[in-house]
Amino acid sequence: MHPAFSVIFLTTLIGVGQGLFLALFTGQLYALANLLPAQTDLFYAQGSMIALMLLIGGLVASVFHLGRPERAWRAATQWRTSWLSREVIVLPAAMLFTAVYGLLHYFGWTQPLFVISQTLPVDATLIVGALGTLATFLLFLCTAMIYASLRFIKAWHSPLTVANFLFLGIASGFMLAAALSAYNSSSLVVFYGTWAVVATLLGAITRGASLYRNSDFRCKISMQSAIGVHHAKLHQKAQGFMGGAFNTREFFHGKSDALLQMLRYGFLLMVFILPVLLILLAYLLESSRLPIAAFLIQYAGLVIERYYFFTEAKHPQNLYYQSMA
Amino acid sequence: MTQLALVIDLNVCVGCHACVTSCKEWNTSGWAGPMTDQRPYGEDPTGTFFNRVQTYEAGVFPHTETYHFPKSCLHCEDPPCVPVCPTGASYKREDNGVVLVDYDKCIGCKYCSWACPYGAREIDEKQRVMKKCTLCIDRITDMSLPESERKPACVLACPTSARLFGDVHDSDSEVSVAIREQGGYALQPEWGTKPANHYLPRRKTRIQIHEDELVRADNPLKKEQLPSLPEGGETLDDVAW
Amino acid sequence: MQDPTKQSDSDLGRVEIKETTCYMCACRCGIRVTLRDGEVRHIEGNPNHPLNKGVICAKGSSGIMKQYSPARLTKPLLRKPGAERGDSDFEEISWEKAFDLIEERLGKIRADDPKRFALFTGRDQMQALTGLFAKQFGTPNYAAHGGFCSVNMAAGLIYTIGGSFWEFGGPDLERSKLFIMIGTAEDHHSNPMKIALADFKRRGGRFISINPIRTGYSAIADEWVPIKPGTDGALLLAIIRELIQQGLYDREFLIKYTNSAELVVDDPERDDHGLFRRFETHVEEGCFDPENKLWWDRELDREISTHTPGTDPRLLGSFTLEDGTKVKPAFQLLKERVEEYTVEWAEDITGIPAETIKRLAHEMGVVARDQKIELPIQWTDSWGNDHESVTGNPVSFHAMRGLAAHSNGFQAIRSLGILMTILGTVDRPGGFRHKAPFPRPIPPCPKPPNSPEGVQPNTPLDGMPLGWPSKPDDLFVDEQGEAVRIDKAFSWEYPLSVHGLMHNVITNAWRGDPYPIDTLLLFMANMAWNSSMNTENVRDMLKDKDDNGEYKIPFIIVADAFQSETVAFADLVLPDTTYLERHDAMSMLDRPISEFDGPVDSVRIPVMPPKGECKPFQEVLIELGSRLGLPAFVKQDGSRKFRDYPDFITNYESSPGSGIGFLAGWRGKGGEKFLKGEPNPRQWEMYQKNGCVYHHELPKSYQYMRNWNQGYLEWARAHGMTRYVEPITLHLYSEVLQRFRLAAQGKSSGKQPPERLRKRVISHFDPLPFYTAPLEHKLIDSRQYQISALTQRPMAMYHSWDSQNAWLRQIHTHNYLFVNPKLAEANGFGDGDWIWVESPTNKVRCMARLSEAVEPTTVWTWNAIGKAAGAWGLSEKANESQKGFLLNHLISEELPPCDAGEFMSNSDPVTGQAAWFDVRVKIYPAGEDEPKVTSPQFKVQKKVPGQDPQRGRWQAYFAGMFRRKHKLD
Repeated sequence: MHPAFSVIFLTTLIGVGQGLFLALFTGQLYALANLLPAQTDLFYAQGSMIALMLLIGGLVASVFHLGRPERAWRAATQWRTSWLSREVIVLPAAMLFTAVYGLLHYFGWTQPLFVISQTLPVDATLIVGALGTLATFLLFLCTAMIYASLRFIKAWHSPLTVANFLFLGIASGFMLAAALSAYNSSSLVVFYGTWAVVATLLGAITRGASLYRNSDFRCKISMQSAIGVHHAKLHQKAQGFMGGAFNTREFFHGKSDALLQMLRYGFLLMVFILPVLLILLAYLLESSRLPIAAFLIQYAGLVIERYYFFTEAKHPQNLYYQSMA
Repeated sequence: MTQLALVIDLNVCVGCHACVTSCKEWNTSGWAGPMTDQRPYGEDPTGTFFNRVQTYEAGVFPHTETYHFPKSCLHCEDPPCVPVCPTGASYKREDNGVVLVDYDKCIGCKYCSWACPYGAREIDEKQRVMKKCTLCIDRITDMSLPESERKPACVLACPTSARLFGDVHDSDSEVSVAIREQGGYALQPEWGTKPANHYLPRRKTRIQIHEDELVRADNPLKKEQLPSLPEGGETLDDVAW
Repeated sequence: MQDPTKQSDSDLGRVEIKETTCYMCACRCGIRVTLRDGEVRHIEGNPNHPLNKGVICAKGSSGIMKQYSPARLTKPLLRKPGAERGDSDFEEISWEKAFDLIEERLGKIRADDPKRFALFTGRDQMQALTGLFAKQFGTPNYAAHGGFCSVNMAAGLIYTIGGSFWEFGGPDLERSKLFIMIGTAEDHHSNPMKIALADFKRRGGRFISINPIRTGYSAIADEWVPIKPGTDGALLLAIIRELIQQGLYDREFLIKYTNSAELVVDDPERDDHGLFRRFETHVEEGCFDPENKLWWDRELDREISTHTPGTDPRLLGSFTLEDGTKVKPAFQLLKERVEEYTVEWAEDITGIPAETIKRLAHEMGVVARDQKIELPIQWTDSWGNDHESVTGNPVSFHAMRGLAAHSNGFQAIRSLGILMTILGTVDRPGGFRHKAPFPRPIPPCPKPPNSPEGVQPNTPLDGMPLGWPSKPDDLFVDEQGEAVRIDKAFSWEYPLSVHGLMHNVITNAWRGDPYPIDTLLLFMANMAWNSSMNTENVRDMLKDKDDNGEYKIPFIIVADAFQSETVAFADLVLPDTTYLERHDAMSMLDRPISEFDGPVDSVRIPVMPPKGECKPFQEVLIELGSRLGLPAFVKQDGSRKFRDYPDFITNYESSPGSGIGFLAGWRGKGGEKFLKGEPNPRQWEMYQKNGCVYHHELPKSYQYMRNWNQGYLEWARAHGMTRYVEPITLHLYSEVLQRFRLAAQGKSSGKQPPERLRKRVISHFDPLPFYTAPLEHKLIDSRQYQISALTQRPMAMYHSWDSQNAWLRQIHTHNYLFVNPKLAEANGFGDGDWIWVESPTNKVRCMARLSEAVEPTTVWTWNAIGKAAGAWGLSEKANESQKGFLLNHLISEELPPCDAGEFMSNSDPVTGQAAWFDVRVKIYPAGEDEPKVTSPQFKVQKKVPGQDPQRGRWQAYFAGMFRRKHKLD
């Protein structure tokens, strides 16, 4: 597939935003359990605002993918069948919860509403946070399923795609949380950093697995099946046009193997190895800058990863567009 | 339920592209038009077509087969492009099974094209909506046309009548009979999309000549044999008694 | 969106439906044009048309884009003073001024020496009119593009069976069982061929394609037999030999309907050696075979006049007549001739395994013999015998340029005619069948002038500009035996050049050989590009000047509808209309669209007004003919005779009161007559009512065996289609050719060839078919140049015409050289690489595409996709000029100097057919550092005044809104 930057930024930005929201809420839960020192409401408000900005950024990026963005509202109608439609519903929901969560904290509406089992005081942020968490996970699912549900694209059609979106989103979000903590000289750097490393390592496992799965990629469909001529030696000579068509622009990346290999090594380094090393180094050096660098490098790596994700996908329609004359 | 479809006979398709441009011609000014062209007189001209004819070669010289392969939307019975559409712009008609796009609803997200393993959809880069073969819905349902002309433009144009059109759910229709009797097949059947369009395979006629058929009793060469009676010389009649 | 089932397309805008005839290629299908608010909504096949029965091809369906092409010329243009030819620097002038200019110039030429005016036309369909104009003007220097198209196919078969393929006749696939297509990609009559081929395959017929390349029709063949280019004659002769050896020939057919059994003098000492032995009898003069020849009677064992009732002649043997003359039946001579042409011999030459050749022969012979068709149709032959049925041998053939465009093509095509003859498949069901006005006498009657005196000032030409020589005295040569025509047609160099040699006109005129000319009028011929061989040099000749600074070809007028490459070289440009804007007649006097079952002709009637100041070239000729006072175009008093072209078509008669005009249908005062009859003032109207076509279906008994069908021949005579009711005996043995050979041998009185040409005429005017390698192959370094380079016409393009077409050019935007992978590997390059293709003439750089569907000593490309930058309304960066290439640069229009002369056309020595398939090349990779564009490149051709401005990035055609949206007039 031809990598579409609108979609690359959509998925990576909302991934960070979702991950950041999860980081914030996780932090709140830990604090509730007295496993972490409590943070100020402003911390959550700021964090939520950043997460919201990221989600909005993703949404804006997605608009560039649409031919007719002015009708985008129509995209919410087919939630029964379309993962894309579901994403279109869940994304605003996640944004809403993120925003409300941040506002609740900002305005300090954190008085317990009720107490569960006499130990767990439940305030509005907790409820909204929980709903937001649900929306966030759903959003990960919807986004990933847009790709994973395409059974014709073997590279994507796998639970690994969902796992990757999930873990990489969480990793980058926690990484950002660590970076923000570091920036604010907060004590949460280690907490977020550790979870970021855990998510990054989980992502490394699933992404590694999908890379391995796709490395001996063989299209289920052959040219023989594509045109129904069962001859072992079959070649296309003419695709019916010579100046290109949607079929050649949308479904081919046109990149050399060497470049793809470089990209692959690049994102493996930038998404997985460097951030983990930088976080570890940050612990050792107690640096407040390294987590920021870790996040920035990981995010840049994710852009490359997502770009590569598109190039990995071999669409069966490409069988029909192999040669021109 | 009616399922209209094309049956394309690769046995007779000579790759003339009549279906390609007759389609463009009809549809660019029709319900599904316009079909925009980009750089029409410049470098790498490109444009929206609902139908293309491709060429393939099988085998190694001198045992080479050349195939011409017309390719358009297959109007799948279970079209993967329809459920993925987030707006409902992509739909399959209940009355005749034709898969269509409502341009007014389409947001141009291209997701349907990703979901189609056949590459049957093309975005109109100017109008920025997805377009595809409509089986000339505005011809085949236009009751003001005589019945013989209520057919897709490509079918009417095809000089080798390599394109049959009809209801594949009606077992007695021309298309169903052709599929049944001439080995009609679907493309990429592995996916279970159940394309309504089918293709008929290449068929070969051979002649078997037995050696004893070469020379017959009435071989004209016999007429040319000169009477060659040997003159003179003894025969048994001369020497025996 | 509105539910598409709830509206009708016809509800949108003001809808008009008109019928006319297509002109996107030479096929001439009937079309129905739907207009919406005056713009073309839809062009579809006319379902009631006998030719295409409702179907239409890719080109026909794209007529809209031709109509609105930005390449269209819209104003008469004059080269600006001081501007150089080739610079495309023109100023607009009025038609009045253009006509004045031409009238003055041509008037002077006509009064002085009419042959200094040359009129050559491209792929027009109005040769009856252009030829009439030339004849009336008095110049012999006229021809259409047949010389470089396929004259070998016309001449080779017409001189053998009295008809040929394409418009003249074709395979009866409706009843055929075995169909062999040889040397054909796609061509004239392409839709009827496609229709018939598909039906034939569906009925279970067996289709064999013999071709170096497997594309188009060949793709669906049951068997592809790859052959080396230029060797078809060898294959056909080997098949003929095998058929004769096996006795797989139709003896009865050969005896009754061909000259096979006729006795030929076989005594090299005699002056009539090789001529038929004739007995003394009164014979009327005429261009037919008098029945004064002899058979050898089997029973009586002596000679007897042919067709003596009750006789059965011998086909084989050697006999001595009563007067001591040694004779042999023609068939015996053929048998002896092909003795050496064994299948093993042919294998070496053609690359086809001997076993395959043998099998092909057996398939043909056995199908012809064992699957005989018998139709219960009564008919009477020319000798008065009544037949209860028509029988046929269901083996049919179709052939085109693969055979024709070689310098040995005439004899190869003669071989094909003879193969069809011995199989007995001429004008019989399931075989080859004629289309009216064919069959015609062998050869047909019209003759060119036979001396320079035929050209006189202010006088029509004495003879036809193009004709059919039957003997040396018919040649158009001077006292020295040298050419009178600028293209040297009908000279000893190319005696039977019945379509002229358009491909040598520019070179000859530039060289002043045989003489310089003054004005060259080119109509619809892209001579500065794909219609010329050696294109790069021809472009230089067009702008070459003499020592006085004057152009060597002083004045060039180009009439065309589009900004072709040739337009840039014009002094005066006349903008023609498209086919949708004009009247036209597909006349019985030219090449009508007849069917097997009877004559058909058709017309075009405008469906929309001309764009800008475009004027149909027909109107230009009528105007000029009237202004110049050419007798056919003016009344006795010199005043104009015809108002316009439609008036001309209605009222013109070949001679006063002849009843023969351009159109065959609805003649007679009220339209009650056909073929022959007085002019009908409402004839156009009647054509229009009938879909612009007239179809006269013959009675069944006149539909077959027409060469010898008394009823048909009498009918044809009565309706003015033939001059004689004599049988048209097939020329298995060509006495016509032998007459030229005898002259060259000095054995006949009358015209003699110049010494330099005697040997050439003796060897090529062989009355029996023979195989020899193409001329050029013997004159070049064949070790260096071993690869044949061919072109084929793609089905979605008609010559250079369709690169301006926004839809068609997306299908073929540029072209590759197709190369067999083995050949590519041996020459060090791979798929998609840039390579050089070099011939002894020139070299081109292009891209290679590997293909298993091409014979490994052949490379090929699609014809005329490559364009000069800026031409045809395309941008200078268009793929056509940057990645597309023209093979013509490699092909020489002249042979290397040889015994026959220094400047001999690279053509068939019999017919002058351009031998563009003879070219041999070498191929090698281009350097890494070379630019990735094709070579040669030319200075960008400028747009001319009156062309539409650049269309911009987007074009969305929607009938009714297009011109407004794009601000076109």
